[in-house]
Amino acid sequence: MIFTLVVHASPVQHQAPETALRFARAVLEAGHTLHRVFFYRDGVLNGNTLVSSPADESNIPEDWQALAKEYPLDLVVCIAAAIRRGVLDANEARRYDKNQHNLAPGFELSGLGQLVEAAMLSDRVITFGGRG
Amino acid sequence: MNKRFLLICSRPPYGSSAARDLLDIALTCSVFEQSVSLLLMGDAILQLLPEQNPTAIRQKNLNAIQSSLALYDIESIYVDAEALRFHGLSAETLLLKPQALEPDALQQLIREQDVVLPL
Repeated sequence: MIFTLVVHASPVQHQAPETALRFARAVLEAGHTLHRVFFYRDGVLNGNTLVSSPADESNIPEDWQALAKEYPLDLVVCIAAAIRRGVLDANEARRYDKNQHNLAPGFELSGLGQLVEAAMLSDRVITFGGRG
Repeated sequence: MNKRFLLICSRPPYGSSAARDLLDIALTCSVFEQSVSLLLMGDAILQLLPEQNPTAIRQKNLNAIQSSLALYDIESIYVDAEALRFHGLSAETLLLKPQALEPDALQQLIREQDVVLPL
């Protein structure tokens, strides 16, 4: 079965991204296809490489990257939501005249069309951290 | 490929970006020529009140985006009948001519969809 996950919540304030991570791993370990993980709203903060956790706590952006090393993952961060929240890649940093960029490796910025396209091609679309 | 998308919101028009973020998904679904319906539950029915004026709180008026929905062929708008009663509103006084659904009909609507996106 083909799955797409949508993550709406920030990695520190909400449990939802952690739940999404474990769900993603379960999907992949069961032999299903994970077409895409789409990060929207405060979920874009999952792609912030500057997230720095105490040594005895999980670091969700790093956990997504680790999963993407084990399996081919398409981690797409909504570009409009990300720019508003200060999650930029090198291109957007240039475009908005910022001298820093912080999109974590393994993630890419793209539009909401990537969410709709993924939903069209997937058998199941599961939202984590909705109703916020 | 055409799928039936249902976008469900339960948040009021202002106080968070939920209403705008939901409409952005709706417009994108339409660009991809998907069938899209909106279901407004709870305080989200207040998004359809006419004559909103959020300039004092430095927000854009939702009514402007809502008025463009018909241009994108998004005309299936549903509201939770219990929320209407709670807020003392009737569907006829709301923008976009929503259809009020009782709980049984709400369940039926959700069952009929291919993709349900809550926000």
